[in-house]
Amino acid sequence: MSDVVEKTLTALPSLLSLDSQPGSAKLSSNSKLGNLIRGITELTSKHEEEKLIQHELSSIKEQVSSPNTTMRQMRELMVRAVYCEMLGYEASFSYIHAIKLAQQGNVLEKRVGYLAVSLFLNENHELLLLLVNTVLKDLQSTNLIEVCMALTVVCQIFPKDMIPAILPIVEEKLNHPKEIIRRKAVLALHKFYLIAPNQVQHIHNKFRKALCDKDPGVMTASLHIYLQLIQENAEAYKDLTASFVTILKQVVGGKLPMDFNYHSVPAPWLQIQLLRILSLLGKNDQRTSEVMYEVLDESLRRAEMNHNITYAILYECVKCVYTIHPKSELLEKAATCIGNFVLSPKINLKYLGLKALTYVVQQDPKLALQHQMTIIECLDHSDVIIKRETLELLFRITNAQNVTVIVEKMLDFLRLSKDDHTTVDLAGKVAELAEKYAPDNEWFIQTMNAVFSLGGDMMQPEIPNGFLKLLSEGFDSEEEDRKLRLFAVNSYISLLQGDPSKLPQRFLQVICWVLGEYSYLKDDLDPVVVLRLLAQLLDMKGSSSDTKSWVLVAMTKLCWSETAVSVAQQVAETYSSSFDTTLRQRAQELQHLSRDSQLHSRVLPPGGSLEPVEVDSSLSFLDGFVSEALSAGAAPYKPLHQRQEELSRSKALSLEPYGLSLPISTSSCSITDRQSPTLLSTSSGLSGDSTDFSHRGSSTTLKLDGVRRVWGREGYLAQKEPVEEVAQVEIPSPLRSPGQQGDADSCHSRTPTANPEGDREKQQLASSLFGGLSSQSSVCLMEKSERFGRKAKGQRASSTPNEQRSDPSVSSSSAVDNLLCNNLLEENSEPIDSSTKQTFQHPQSLRVPNGACDAEAIISDDDTKGRNRPVSPEEHVEGDDFPPCEDKSKDLSLTAHLPAELSGFSHSEIIPLCSNRSLDLSACHVQTDNTVVLVVFVTNSSEDANLQIQVLSEELEVCCPCESPVEEVRGHSVSVRQYSLTVKRPLVHFELVGRLSYSAAGTLQSMQFSYKLPLTSFIRPLTVSTEEYGSMWLAFSHDTKQNLTLMKEEQEPLSATLNALKKKLSLHVVEIIGVEGLVACSLLQDQPCLMHCRVHAGRLAVWLRSPVADLPDCLLYHCQRALQEH
Amino acid sequence: MIKAILIFNNHGKPRLSKFYEHYNEDTEQQIIRETFHLVSKRDENVCNFLEGGMLIGGSDYKLIYRHYATLYFVFCVDSSESELGILDLIQVFVETLDKCFENVCELDLIFHVDKVHNILAEMVMGGMVLETNMNEIITQVDAQNKMEKAETFIFQSTRQDR
Repeated sequence: MSDVVEKTLTALPSLLSLDSQPGSAKLSSNSKLGNLIRGITELTSKHEEEKLIQHELSSIKEQVSSPNTTMRQMRELMVRAVYCEMLGYEASFSYIHAIKLAQQGNVLEKRVGYLAVSLFLNENHELLLLLVNTVLKDLQSTNLIEVCMALTVVCQIFPKDMIPAILPIVEEKLNHPKEIIRRKAVLALHKFYLIAPNQVQHIHNKFRKALCDKDPGVMTASLHIYLQLIQENAEAYKDLTASFVTILKQVVGGKLPMDFNYHSVPAPWLQIQLLRILSLLGKNDQRTSEVMYEVLDESLRRAEMNHNITYAILYECVKCVYTIHPKSELLEKAATCIGNFVLSPKINLKYLGLKALTYVVQQDPKLALQHQMTIIECLDHSDVIIKRETLELLFRITNAQNVTVIVEKMLDFLRLSKDDHTTVDLAGKVAELAEKYAPDNEWFIQTMNAVFSLGGDMMQPEIPNGFLKLLSEGFDSEEEDRKLRLFAVNSYISLLQGDPSKLPQRFLQVICWVLGEYSYLKDDLDPVVVLRLLAQLLDMKGSSSDTKSWVLVAMTKLCWSETAVSVAQQVAETYSSSFDTTLRQRAQELQHLSRDSQLHSRVLPPGGSLEPVEVDSSLSFLDGFVSEALSAGAAPYKPLHQRQEELSRSKALSLEPYGLSLPISTSSCSITDRQSPTLLSTSSGLSGDSTDFSHRGSSTTLKLDGVRRVWGREGYLAQKEPVEEVAQVEIPSPLRSPGQQGDADSCHSRTPTANPEGDREKQQLASSLFGGLSSQSSVCLMEKSERFGRKAKGQRASSTPNEQRSDPSVSSSSAVDNLLCNNLLEENSEPIDSSTKQTFQHPQSLRVPNGACDAEAIISDDDTKGRNRPVSPEEHVEGDDFPPCEDKSKDLSLTAHLPAELSGFSHSEIIPLCSNRSLDLSACHVQTDNTVVLVVFVTNSSEDANLQIQVLSEELEVCCPCESPVEEVRGHSVSVRQYSLTVKRPLVHFELVGRLSYSAAGTLQSMQFSYKLPLTSFIRPLTVSTEEYGSMWLAFSHDTKQNLTLMKEEQEPLSATLNALKKKLSLHVVEIIGVEGLVACSLLQDQPCLMHCRVHAGRLAVWLRSPVADLPDCLLYHCQRALQEH
Repeated sequence: MIKAILIFNNHGKPRLSKFYEHYNEDTEQQIIRETFHLVSKRDENVCNFLEGGMLIGGSDYKLIYRHYATLYFVFCVDSSESELGILDLIQVFVETLDKCFENVCELDLIFHVDKVHNILAEMVMGGMVLETNMNEIITQVDAQNKMEKAETFIFQSTRQDR
C-alpha cells in the first residue's frame, strides 16, 4: 500500500504547478484556501511568506468580525486560520470566533469550531471558560456525533477547575449503549485522572466496570488507566493480575472477533499494553509472577516471527520476562529472542535487540558475551543511533579491565557528535567511568581533559565540581594525591602554553583553580610563569567574566614572591576599575593581599592546607539582626518563588472555594536551595546518575530511559535471596589470573562467526571490551580503581568490601535506606498482620478474587450489574446487644470494640460520623509508636447488611489491611475496620472523606462522611544527640522562622515553654543551652523536623528546619496554637 | 503517551501538527524545525527511531518516524509507548488516509487539514491510542462525512432552486 502512496506523492510537484490536472479536480480550485496555498508555494523567501500571511490574516480578521459572515463562511475562515497558525503565525483574534462557531454552528460547523479551539487554545487559556457550557450542552445532546466531539475536546483541553461541572455527565456516558461513546468517556476520565487525580478517586469502581465491558475496545481503553494506576501503586492492584492474565490468554488464544486482527495477529496493541501491565505487577513479587508464567510462555510461542507487529509483542514479552520474578525456562526463551533481534538484518530490530541487551545485561552478562561480535559490528554501524545504543550497552558492562577501551570508544563518538543532548549525556558517562575505574593517574587526568574539552560549556556543572572535589579531598595516600595533583599541574601548564583560546570556559576555570591551588607542588616552576600564563587568559577575547574572576582568584593565591607581586599589581590595577562588580572585587582582593604578605600568608597559607573552612551556611550569625528587624516591624523575607506565587495568585481569578488559610504562611521563609557544601555533589542529578549499577535508578527524580529504570534498588537484584546471576556480578572472584587471554579465548569459542582474516582485529577488540565480564576483576585492580570513588577519607572506612566497586557514599546510604524501609515495613505490618489473624479468621479458599470472575465477562455477554459479587464473610466482630442509646455510653461501649492490639495506645475521642435509621458510623484514631490507625465502628441496629466503605484523602495514604471492600455486617452488631494512615504531604489538618454504601433488604443506599485529624497525631519525638542534631541541621533545606510568645509567669520561661510544647506536641527536647533550646521530632518514623529556639527580647524566636517541604510551616502553626491555648 | 504528531514534507513545510501537551507557539515551531532537522538528516536505510533532541524532552522521549515519498510522519512519544507498535500505528494512519482520500497525496493533506485532524482524532485521543482498527476508524469518519454530503446536497439544491 505504501507504494500507492509513494506513487501519488511523487506526482505532487506536477500537481502543484498545473491545477488543471485530474488530481486537483477534487480540490476546490477557486477556494480561498487554495489560493492562499498556491500563493505560498510560489514564494521564494521567508520574508515574502511573512508578508503574504500577514495580508491573509488581516483579510480573515476583517471577515470574521463582519456581522454578515455566515456560519458556513466562518467555517472556511477557521480552516484558513488553522493553516496560518500551523505555519507559526499567530491568529489570536480568531480564537473567540472559533468558540462561537463551536457554540452556534450546526454539527459540521461545530466540528470545525471544536477542532480550531483544540488547536488554538491550551488548558490554561482563559477563553476556555466560555466553552464549558457548550461542552456541557453537547455532552447531553442526543446526536451521537455531537457527544463524540464534546468528549474529544474534553480529552484534549479542558480547564482543570471545571472538571466537576461535567464529571457526572461523563461518568454517565460509561453506561451509554454505544461502544464508541463508552470508549471515549473512559479516555476522558483517564485524562481527568492525569490532570486532577483527586477528582476521580471515587469512580475507581467504574474503571473496574469498564475493564469488564463486553466490548473489547472499551476494555482496551480502560487499560490506559490501569497502566497509569499500577505504575503509581502496583500493590493496590495485585488482585487484578488474574484478570489481566485471563484477558491476555483469551487474546493470544484468538478468542476475540476477527475484526481485531492486524496482519492476522490478534489485537497486538492490546497485547503490548497487557504485557506492560503484567511486568509492573510481577516485579519483585514471586507469587504474582507465578500466575503469569504460563501466559508469557504461550505469548512467546505464539508470536511467530513474521511481521513487524509480532516483534513488538515479542520485545514486550522479553522485557516482561526479565522484569518479573525470574523463571529459568522463560529466561532461556527470552534470551533466544534477544539473540534473534540482535542478529536480525532489519535495523529496527537490531536497535530493539541492543535496547533489550542493555536492559538485561546486569542480570545476565553472559548474554552480552554471546553477542560480542555483533556488538563490535554495531560499534562501527553507519547509523548513529545504533552506535549510541551500543555505547550505552558498553557503559553498562564497563569494569576496571575494559574501561580504557570503552572510554576511548565513547570519546571517539563524542568527537563526532553534533547533537547537544548526546554530548552532555556521554560526557557525563565518561566522567563517571573515569572516576570509578581509572587505572592510573595519567589516564585519569587525560580522560578528564578530553571530557572537559569535548563536553564544552554544555556539560553538567557537576562534572568539574566533582573533579575538583576529588583532587582536593584526595585519597588514602598522601603520596598518591601529590602525584595526581602534580600530574594535573603539568598537563595544564602544557595546555596553557599551547592554544588556550580553543578550550571551553569551564575547562579554563578548572585549570585556573588547579594551578592556583597546586602549582607549588612543581618545584622547578616559578610562580611568575604561571601568573603570566594566567594573565594571558585575561586578555583572551573569548574569556567570560566568570572565567576572569577564577583567574584573578588563582592569581591571588600565587602572588607571594616579589616578582609575582609586580605582575599581579599590574593586573589588579587594570581590573580594579572594571564595570563588573565581581571582577572589581576580586581585583581589589588581589591588590590588597599582594601588598600585605603577612595578611596573605594568614588568609591563604602557602601549601594550601586542607583544613576545612567552617561555613555557617545557615547564616545563623544574622539571627539577632533578623529578629531585631522583625520586632521593629520589618516584613519577613520571602523567597523569590513565594513572592511570585503570591503575585500570580493576586492576579489570577481564583475559582476554588476558600481553603484553609495558614496564619503563618506569609511570615515563613524557606530557602529551598540552601544546602551544606558537602551535600553539593551527592545531591546533584549527575552523581545520582553515576551510582553503581546495582543502585541505578534508585532515585525517582532521575530522568533515565524507561528501560534503565527497572534496575534499581526495587529491582529484584536487591532482594534478600540473591539470584545466581546477581551473585556473579556482585561477588568478585579473588582467583582471577592476571592474564585476560584465557577468558577472551573461551569467549571466542562461543562466537558463531569465525572468519579468521578480517575478524582478527575485531576479536582483539572484543577481548579487550569484554574482558572481566565473565569473572570479575582481581582484588588489587579493584583497590586501585576504588581510589577514584568520590568520597573523602573519613567515610571510606565504613564501606564493606562487598561494596568496593560501587560508590561508597551511595551504597552505604542506600543500605541505610534499605534498612529503614525494611524496618518500617516490618513494624508496620506486624500489628496489621496480627489483627488480620485475630479478628478476621476465615478459610483461605473462600476468598475469591473479584477480578478472576469479572474477566470472564469480556467474552461472555453477562451483564455485570446483575451478577452477584462473591462476598466473603470477613472481619465481623460479634457484639452482644447494643441498643442505640446516648452518645456517652455509646462511646464507652465502642471503646470496648477497639482491637486488642491497639488498646494499649492512646486513642482520640470517638466521634459519630454519620448515621441513619439502621446504621451508625463512628470513628477515632489511635496513635501507635510508628503508625496512626483510623478505626471505624459500624453499628448495625437492624437486619444483616452488605456494606462497603471507602476512605480517601488527598494528603494521606490510606491503607486498608483487609482485601475485600465488601463486607457483611450482621444485624444488631458492631463491626470494626482499621485503616493505617501515612502522610503524603504535610498539612496542618488532614481531612479524610469516606463513602459508605450498603445494601440491606435489596435496596442500595449510600452515605458520605468526613473525618479530620491534626498533624500532631503524626508527630513523634525524635531522640538525637546534640552532635547528630548539628549535622542534621545543616543538611535540611526547608525552613521557617517565627517569633512566638514565651510563657511569662514561670521562673525559667524557656524550659517551661519547651516543656509545654513537649507535652502537647510530643517533641523531644535535645538540650537547653543558656537562652537557646534544641528540639527534635519526626513525622512518623522517617521525616525529621528540627526546631531551634532562642529567647530574644522577651519572645521566643523559633526556627524550624526539615527535609520535607511544608512540614516546618505546619508544625509552627501547631506550636503557635499550643502556646496560645496554654 | 504520545506527545505530538507532526507531518511535514521533504522541505520541512509543516502539513499537520498536533500537540497533546501544551507548548507555547514559538516552542512548537522550534520543535517542528528541530524535528525536521533531525529526521531529514537520516538516511533511508537506518532505523526509524531517534533519541535526543533538547526541546521535546530529553532522554525519556523518542521520535518514531516513517518517510513516504514527499512526507515525513513523526510521532513523538515517551517511554510508555512501544516503538514498533507506534511504527505500525503510523502505517495504519497512512493506510486510513489512503482509504479516506482514495489515493492520498500531499495536496489532500494541505487542502483538507480539518479532515485529516478528524481522522487522527478517531485514532488518538488526548495522547492515548483510541483505535487501531482501520475499518473501525473509517466507519466513524464515514458517519461524519455522510452528514457533510447531505449538507452540500441541500446547499446545492437550494442554489439550483433560485
